[in-house]
Amino acid sequence: MAETSALKKNVKFIITRQDAPDSKPYTEEFEIPYRPNMNVISSLMEIQRNPVTSEGKGIAPVCWDSNCLEEVCGACSMVINGKPRQACAALIENLEQPIRLQPMSTFPVVRDLVIDRSRMFKALKRVKAWIPIDGTYDLGPGPRMPEKKRQWAYELSKCMTCGVCLEACPNVNEKTDFIGPAAISQVRLFNAHPTGDMNADERLEMLMEDGGIDGCGNSQNCVRSCPKGIPLTTSIAEMNKDTTKHMFKRWLGV
Amino acid sequence: MKGYYARKIHSLLGVIPLSFFILEHLVTNFGAFEGGLAKFNEGVAFLNNLPLVFFMELLLIWLPLLYHGVFGLYIAYQSKPNTGSYNYERNWRFLFQRISGVITFMFIIWHVFETRVQVALGNVTHEELGGIIHAVVMNPLTFTLYLVGIISTAFHFSNGIWSFLVSWGITVGPRAQRVSSIMCMGLFAVVSVLFVLSLIAFRNVEFATALNVIDSLKTVLS
Repeated sequence: MAETSALKKNVKFIITRQDAPDSKPYTEEFEIPYRPNMNVISSLMEIQRNPVTSEGKGIAPVCWDSNCLEEVCGACSMVINGKPRQACAALIENLEQPIRLQPMSTFPVVRDLVIDRSRMFKALKRVKAWIPIDGTYDLGPGPRMPEKKRQWAYELSKCMTCGVCLEACPNVNEKTDFIGPAAISQVRLFNAHPTGDMNADERLEMLMEDGGIDGCGNSQNCVRSCPKGIPLTTSIAEMNKDTTKHMFKRWLGV
Repeated sequence: MKGYYARKIHSLLGVIPLSFFILEHLVTNFGAFEGGLAKFNEGVAFLNNLPLVFFMELLLIWLPLLYHGVFGLYIAYQSKPNTGSYNYERNWRFLFQRISGVITFMFIIWHVFETRVQVALGNVTHEELGGIIHAVVMNPLTFTLYLVGIISTAFHFSNGIWSFLVSWGITVGPRAQRVSSIMCMGLFAVVSVLFVLSLIAFRNVEFATALNVIDSLKTVLS
């Protein structure tokens, strides 16, 4: 008895679709049978199995991007009911219906819900978000990191470059070249590392280039939106402090 | 100039000298509330008798104001407000900072044109300035516009100090930013009330006598 009523329950979706990077977006509605514990990704898989809209029109299946399915890879970011988040961690039970799915349109849309996050990886290269350890000979072990520092640095290392903070930021748009909160927080992470600190100035200088940290307007949407709870605004303020110090050091020192 | 420095100078000029000028202006205007026309004119006379007053005005008010205003319009243009999707207090303040910035800039241009520019053109004397503002506040329309302008200025000033503290890395953690936020909003309340009280004080009839232009206009019209 309970099973039949569960079978009758349907989940409604309104999905923003786009056939090609430069074609016009449109919406389509879908209704799929409810199953316990389903999430947005499993719903999209269901639509893929039976690509028919609620009006009964057969269409090309909806495209999306996903990978790990446990909220650590950052691939399945999309705007769900108005807020950007990971589709794999968006349980249908917790969502208001009809569920609206949109691509994170701050990024170039490839197709349907698939977006191109290359700008984030370019930003990481720009700020040198790595620790150079290669030498022509064995450089030996680096300095140790204090445990207290490791604890907060670990939180920053959870960043999965998912792009949610850029989508939420009012200053990341086509009118600016702001690199966004994620890369700024990564500068803090790599500058906190005892070996990474040896190249700290280079990273700070990249933040002082055009499109760098000065693009932040303190709306603080990023910290409220980050799926990993990274203290992005603390990172930005800390980098504001470090770039300010670096600016004065460059003027007054040497 | 590189964007970082342009933005940094914008942020610095907002506090030094512009915020200090707002406080100075508040103190002078509050003289109208405290001691009426005599006290207000005393304040105006004191300021205009300062040595090198022209250069002080130029370097501490006009040029910083022009830079902060014009660059600020560009910053406002670059943002894409999203308070509809992200209904958070800080996000609303981000939006209000930009709206109030534009309103304040227009208000200041109008206000300076009515007062300082007219003095420079020789149309009014320093002693008649109180009368000019009296005429403004007796007209319901311009009184409302002044109220909006003043409150918008007070907000932009107070909230600007909050974001200045973040942008220069002075308030880093969430607690520091929360405490400074409460303090800045308190400052907003105090500055607004004092400015509004000063504005209302200009409604006093004694300021009317300070403006001969109005009297002569009235005789022409009657």
